[in-house]
Amino acid sequence: MSSMDITNLTKEKLTSMFNAGKRFDGRGLLDLKDFEVEYGVSNMAEGSARVRMGKTEIIAGVKMEVGTPYPDSPNKGNLTVSADLLPLASPRFEQGPPKFNAIELPRLIDRMIRESGMIDLKKLVIVEGEKVWTVIVDIYPINDDGALVDAASIACVAALKNAVFPKLKEDGKIDYHAKSDERLPLVETTIPLTFTFYKLGDNLFLSPVREEEEACESKVTLGISKLDGRYMINSCQKGLSVPFRQEEIEKIVKLLPEKYDEVMKTFNKYLK
Amino acid sequence: MVARPSGRKANEMRSMKAKVGIIPNADGSAMFAFGDTIAIAAVYGPRQLHPQHMQDPSTGILRVNYDLLSFSVSERKKPGPSRRSKEISQVTEWALSPVLDLRAFPNTVIDVQIYILQADAGTRTAGINAASMALAHAGIPMKNLICSVAVGKLDKDLALDADNAEEHYDEGEGHTDIPLAKIAGTDEFTLMQLDGKIPPEMIKDVLEMVNKGCEEIYEVQKKALKEIVE
Repeated sequence: MSSMDITNLTKEKLTSMFNAGKRFDGRGLLDLKDFEVEYGVSNMAEGSARVRMGKTEIIAGVKMEVGTPYPDSPNKGNLTVSADLLPLASPRFEQGPPKFNAIELPRLIDRMIRESGMIDLKKLVIVEGEKVWTVIVDIYPINDDGALVDAASIACVAALKNAVFPKLKEDGKIDYHAKSDERLPLVETTIPLTFTFYKLGDNLFLSPVREEEEACESKVTLGISKLDGRYMINSCQKGLSVPFRQEEIEKIVKLLPEKYDEVMKTFNKYLK
Repeated sequence: MVARPSGRKANEMRSMKAKVGIIPNADGSAMFAFGDTIAIAAVYGPRQLHPQHMQDPSTGILRVNYDLLSFSVSERKKPGPSRRSKEISQVTEWALSPVLDLRAFPNTVIDVQIYILQADAGTRTAGINAASMALAHAGIPMKNLICSVAVGKLDKDLALDADNAEEHYDEGEGHTDIPLAKIAGTDEFTLMQLDGKIPPEMIKDVLEMVNKGCEEIYEVQKKALKEIVE
């Protein structure tokens, strides 16, 4: 299979299947793919996790550095999220400067994490205004079979939950080989996730395989978490040209909490 | 209800200004301002697309570039594209393209250049409003105009078209920014972004607030298009 655009034939076939409420793999249009989580992808990382979701596989790792705070937030540590869409993971990914997908993926995950307040950045200060911890989350897909952002959201949260601080030496430098047993300052009850809704014709669907994702005409990624027991949408970004009608948007936000609970039911088993 | 730092009512936008035909060299151009946020846009094309391999023999394509001028913000913005500006350029392209029909211009490109002269929040939405007028001014076949405005949420209350001071609101649930764009006179949304905290059940109110704002923007855009300055 080359990395060419999807054929009209596949798109027409998918549209007529979706109109009948059917999918290649027998799922309903709004059914999610099952997933599993594994920790400890690299023992050199401060935290890491692998998520397999259908045939999509993605890993996320956390590294910690000591840096200076941003001038507008002297009392906060830093969070950086990056992603590299490795040509190893798909015939669609190419070597070279990052294309839009590679820029968008980490930005979507960054906003999901940051806006949920999952990391208490104030607790990452070493010396106020001078020295703070920087948490760097790096995302690498290993096999892209669709729904990469949503799989990445699980992998990143798992890697953060898994992470511990490295030890700081007396000269202020980091000893990466001496891990502390101190976990990152995470808000225990705040677990953000993203859900990307895809649209083809008048059909909305979730958790696509690659052909379905390539056939979609529009999509919207939403980050959701809970704050004091209430569902909160923390981020949203629409992609591609076809508009969403108001009733579709209202349907999507209504479905979100239900889908969130569904994923959390599985994810909680891995978070213990 | 929290009182807005700007003193405006919840669904009150800043005063708007719009002007069409501000750049004589361009095929179409416009300025749009929400209060102190000023965006200008120029359209060049349809013209031959280079590199050639990007040409599409079935249609013309839209290419959008958005950026802040270095002195449009408090700390000088390093000139040249950033990840933020690349993302805004792309979502702006997606926000504008559904109203264009470029099949009559195969192998060509329509370049839309958007720059922010002065930033006081709402730059991408002001840029979309300016670009939409500039495309109409250039005579590109369009189904309708695109109108765009952001809804803010200060603590638990919605506030249309928040300015920079309101974006820094940090009491309670803080500030949430929800920039949206829609095809004028329809219920079709072409830009949706969000940063912050908002319960799902409030989204309906957000959309209704934007609908009202976009009606006002549409009138301002139409008026400006009837009074082209050049």
